[in-house]
Amino acid sequence: MSKEEYRIVKGQVMVPYELALGRTWSTFYDYLKEEKIMGKKCGKCSRVLVPPRSFCPRCFEDMEEWVEVSQEGVVETWVYVNMPFFGQELKIPFISAQIRLDGSDTGFTHQVAGIDLSDFDKVRETVKLGGRVKAVWSKEKKGNILDIAYFEPVK
Amino acid sequence: MAKAVAIIGTGQTKHGRRSDLCYPDLVREAVMIALEDAGITLKDIDGVVLGTMPSMMEGVSSTHFYFAEAMGSFGKPVMKVETCGSTGQSIGHCGFYWVASGMADIVLVVGSEKMSEGDGQAAMTTVFDPFFQRTFSAGAPGVFTMQSMEWMYRFKIPEEKGREAAAQISVSNHDNAMDNPYAHIRMRVTMDEVKKARIITYPVRLLDVCPASDGACAVIFASQEKAKKICKKPAWIKGLGFRGEEFFYGESDKSIWMSATEAAKEAYKQAGIRNPLKELDVAEIYNPFTYQEMVFYECFGFCPRGEAPNYVLKGTFTKGGELPCCPSGGTLCTNPIGATGLIRLAEAVLQVTDKAAERQVHGAKLALSHAMGGIDQFNAVTIVGSKL
Amino acid sequence: MAKEYRTIRNDVALPYKWALGKTWARFFDGLKEEKIRGTKCAQCGKIFVPARAFCPECFMDMTEWVEVGQEGKIITWTLVNTKYYGQVKEPPYIAATIQLAGTDCGFHHFIGGIELSDIKKVRQALKAGAKVKAVWRSEKKADIDDIEYFAPIK
Repeated sequence: MSKEEYRIVKGQVMVPYELALGRTWSTFYDYLKEEKIMGKKCGKCSRVLVPPRSFCPRCFEDMEEWVEVSQEGVVETWVYVNMPFFGQELKIPFISAQIRLDGSDTGFTHQVAGIDLSDFDKVRETVKLGGRVKAVWSKEKKGNILDIAYFEPVK
Repeated sequence: MAKAVAIIGTGQTKHGRRSDLCYPDLVREAVMIALEDAGITLKDIDGVVLGTMPSMMEGVSSTHFYFAEAMGSFGKPVMKVETCGSTGQSIGHCGFYWVASGMADIVLVVGSEKMSEGDGQAAMTTVFDPFFQRTFSAGAPGVFTMQSMEWMYRFKIPEEKGREAAAQISVSNHDNAMDNPYAHIRMRVTMDEVKKARIITYPVRLLDVCPASDGACAVIFASQEKAKKICKKPAWIKGLGFRGEEFFYGESDKSIWMSATEAAKEAYKQAGIRNPLKELDVAEIYNPFTYQEMVFYECFGFCPRGEAPNYVLKGTFTKGGELPCCPSGGTLCTNPIGATGLIRLAEAVLQVTDKAAERQVHGAKLALSHAMGGIDQFNAVTIVGSKL
Repeated sequence: MAKEYRTIRNDVALPYKWALGKTWARFFDGLKEEKIRGTKCAQCGKIFVPARAFCPECFMDMTEWVEVGQEGKIITWTLVNTKYYGQVKEPPYIAATIQLAGTDCGFHHFIGGIELSDIKKVRQALKAGAKVKAVWRSEKKADIDDIEYFAPIK
């Protein structure tokens, strides 16, 4: 089979979306603007979830109670990302992590930064599973998850 | 269990980079082989189930519409089932339920993917919600690496031991793929090469991860009466299980992974299996990442929690070991995502019907197949056996 | 209340490299030469444009190529007057299903070469079954756009 028959057509699909946040998530982002990290507590199982949900996924009941959680927490797991792909929002290298803030019963996804990311071996010495991190806020708040700019390792 | 259901034929494409074919023709390649294997024609098919990754992968939404001709579904009822990585198993479950309900005698199940046509990692970021998680997406490598790190940390597995065991898994799977004419990656690797390969998401390296493949697989399910009439050596569905977890990562503990553990338990219960390590002859596990494969061994009860590296280093899961895992080379050597879970089932079927040629595990009678979907969210298991 | 009905804008853009396969590549090469070629099923005798690799009904490979005429008839049409994101043509325009003479199936394309401002005139010219003929673009790229549109003929 000649090379010519392996014809490839290049294309791009662009689709625009406008997504509703709903009351709970809108409120969460409003609190971020005030540099507060808020979770919601389930009336039945008492778990505090960050980010907040409008209902508890296990009890399936509405969650009404807002609870402020600490801006410090523990790195449950992390990964050094140095792999590019189309449309990536963050610039590589970056550290994607699961962070459990004090007072929350779940981990949530964010990034660890504020350290020299260029040398991976140095990164491994600073970022540890079970290590403590603290939120650092963006000066300009846009109403998205990067209003928390990143979590920085605490000495 | 409902009525007994058999698998009477399977078909796979030669997986890899298939730029020689447009996507529908790739699907048809697998369907033709399955029909021939079963000794039937399209006329005998009562219904068709299709599964692929979400439409962003190849940019044509509703693949069950796109492949209508290619899967011979003109004039027939069609169902599409999509559960990301576990799609291949979910479509099998759907085919099983359709026949088990008594509403169809023969059902064609088809899974496919053409990874070369899109940017897989970019498309997969759309699985994450755009409000909280998508920004930090590091694709599949990111999620699986985070999970593996959490597991090693929780069970205090020293990094060197984890690295050694993961390298052993890479070597075994690559060796196994050399006996599989359908596999995408067919090359032997050494422990040293695996440990020194390019870093993807530390500690995961290039030879610890699956390729992005083009490929399709078709499996034909039949009722007991039909199977007994037309198939000399059917494989029988002995048990299946499926469990899902929350969407938000960070809520469930992925190092002990409830969905994987319970899906397997459910399948074992239906199949009457109490000691999987002893009773199973082959396990075709969804293993795109070497480190993560060890988490599955523990969830499926092949070894105690935290002990998988030791069992791997002993050779328990190699082709000559107590429970050969992925004699086909597994997902690690071939990964057309929508087809992958179904390929695991097809390989399990080939094993228990003595049709696995060079990769046959001798005397195999009971085999487990499995796939995982989403951001470590779904797990599906199907167990097949040679006896009704 | 307005505060709670917040939305965020999120656009998804993804790049693709689709394999055409032998049959479609050859069909488009034909368009480059201003030729329309279909494939014929050896079993049922049907001729398909655009060419397919296999007959959808007989499920058999189709290896016989047939050059078909560039005239055909309108099966159905509509005047598109709405906009959506990523549309290839600016409305108003006419989308139609056309069947070329000597073939056994219809396919989508545009109708052009007629005045669109008066819908009555359009309806006069484009009754179902009306004859049309392919009009080619001067610059060809070996894709379906090489036919710019089908124009009504007497």
